[in-house]
Amino acid sequence: MGQKQWIWGLYVLLLLAGLIVASILSLGMGEISIRIGDLPRIFSEKESMEYGVLAYIRIPRTLLGLAIGGSLSLAGAILQGIYRNPLVEPYTLGISGGASLGITFAIVSGLHLLNILFLPLAGFIGSFATIFLVYTLSLGRGGLSVNRMLLIGVMISFIASSLMMFLMSITSTDNIHGIVFWMMGSLNETNSTMITVMIALSLFCLIVSYLFVMPLNALRLGEEKARHLGFNANSVIRILFIITSLLTGACIAVAGVIGFVGLVIPHIVRLWVGTDYRILLISSFLSGGIFLILCDVIARTIISPNELPIGVITGIVGGAAFIVLLSNSRRKEIRRYDD
Amino acid sequence: MPPFLDIQNLSCGYSSGFRIHDINLSLTEGSFAGIIGPNGSGKTTLFRGISGALPLKEGYIQLEGTDLSRLTWREKARKLAIVSQFSETAELSVEEYVLMGRLPYRQPFQFFDRKEDIEIAHHYMHLTNTYRLRNKSMTELSGGERQMANIACALSQHPRLLLLDEPTSHLDITHQMQFMNLIQRLNEEMKLSVMMIIHDLSLAAEYCDFLLMMKNGTTFCQGAPEEVMTYEHIENVYNTVVIVKTNPISGKPVVFPVSEQRLRNGKK
Repeated sequence: MGQKQWIWGLYVLLLLAGLIVASILSLGMGEISIRIGDLPRIFSEKESMEYGVLAYIRIPRTLLGLAIGGSLSLAGAILQGIYRNPLVEPYTLGISGGASLGITFAIVSGLHLLNILFLPLAGFIGSFATIFLVYTLSLGRGGLSVNRMLLIGVMISFIASSLMMFLMSITSTDNIHGIVFWMMGSLNETNSTMITVMIALSLFCLIVSYLFVMPLNALRLGEEKARHLGFNANSVIRILFIITSLLTGACIAVAGVIGFVGLVIPHIVRLWVGTDYRILLISSFLSGGIFLILCDVIARTIISPNELPIGVITGIVGGAAFIVLLSNSRRKEIRRYDD
Repeated sequence: MPPFLDIQNLSCGYSSGFRIHDINLSLTEGSFAGIIGPNGSGKTTLFRGISGALPLKEGYIQLEGTDLSRLTWREKARKLAIVSQFSETAELSVEEYVLMGRLPYRQPFQFFDRKEDIEIAHHYMHLTNTYRLRNKSMTELSGGERQMANIACALSQHPRLLLLDEPTSHLDITHQMQFMNLIQRLNEEMKLSVMMIIHDLSLAAEYCDFLLMMKNGTTFCQGAPEEVMTYEHIENVYNTVVIVKTNPISGKPVVFPVSEQRLRNGKK
């Protein structure tokens, strides 16, 4: 068992090293390239343009990439644990759709002009309402049905996007512009309060989720078995739902709709580190952060000086990686049957 | 002194309408009780009532004088361990799986497994002969091996009462006997009280020292195997013609099924 702790420690160290590499890339690449060797010099010259670029654009952006990628991935890992289904994530369950609707409503009604924090709040309310709906509607006679939940999630996404279009059709052109801009997804957030809140929230949720690692471990064997092992499965699931909707709502409010991170990253990490949530949660968080930081680097350098929506990159990279993994694992399974 | 397990006037069931009712049962410590009855007679519902998965509508269940409905899940997990008929498996090693049996004993904020817990898990893995499989994934085990790992996990909970729901129904006769012999040994050597739902009537009569026969959601009869396992009772409850004889070695009843054709054509 002592061996296990060493291996886990090694995983975390590797991921931290990966995070440092990704951060250096993210700080250095862009319209103005900055070399690592120059960093000490730049930090001593607070008047230089490089310092401005670093301090006001690239450092917040990198931190935000870590917080949002980590949060989405953490939310996906938790949801996949609750439902014991690798296809579940904030996006497929309609939580993202609900959050988007909430945020669109906030923009259209002008709530975000009163206080910028109304945006994440509206996102949270939207995602929480969705998760509540999905959960209660899929509670059938035989308990929770995952298939039904996925279907209901997809339907809620449709309804939410229709309602969003309705809201957009009755609002001003300025608002439409704002909504479309926000929906495409970007780490280009300039409001420092939002950035601070997002980072604090992601760390807070990571810590809180660690209070529930053992129940999550037990839930791998089903809700009934988790109860027999001494956990109040219903209340654990309820708290974890609140955490995931908090994370998703805030992420979408800050960075728009970024798909696939919550689906692909926890899945890949699980294949690598195993299913024990004690290592899975932190690994998912760090990997999600690394992934999004790298995607952001691609998004803002590939058609420089213009910028691609980051959702485009995560969708293409994540989706392709997922298909490759899926077809590989199927081949392995077939081989196992052949033996 | 109150009985070890005392079930009085128990009634519980599902919102769909099926419920069990008027169940009375008391067991002494160290009992090996078998629950028998046809499919749909309420055996598993009774277990779910005891485990707390279904709320009780009437009556009470006391274990060593404590009302089970007043315990938290964690407290209950230290008194009751349940091995279900179908266990869900995940990609985790046998050792990790058995260690889950120690979850009810974890300290708050305990992150790593304690040495003591690992020793207990290893002890029961040796006992169930699953230690050699400890690094194998649960999904790669055969039915018999998986059931042994289930028992090791349940024993790691250090339960006062072990509930087994049709543990042998998917096993061949070698693994069935291995399993039953292990449970018998645990019952005798560790004075572990066992309650088992079992479909094989002869096996039930051979191993259990007390039988509860259920029909249509309530008790049909209960008592020693010799009293319960008569052909009148079995024909009444199962609507099947059988012959009951005595096992020449153990002196316990054995149930022989008789085919329809044989009934029509008479004795050979």
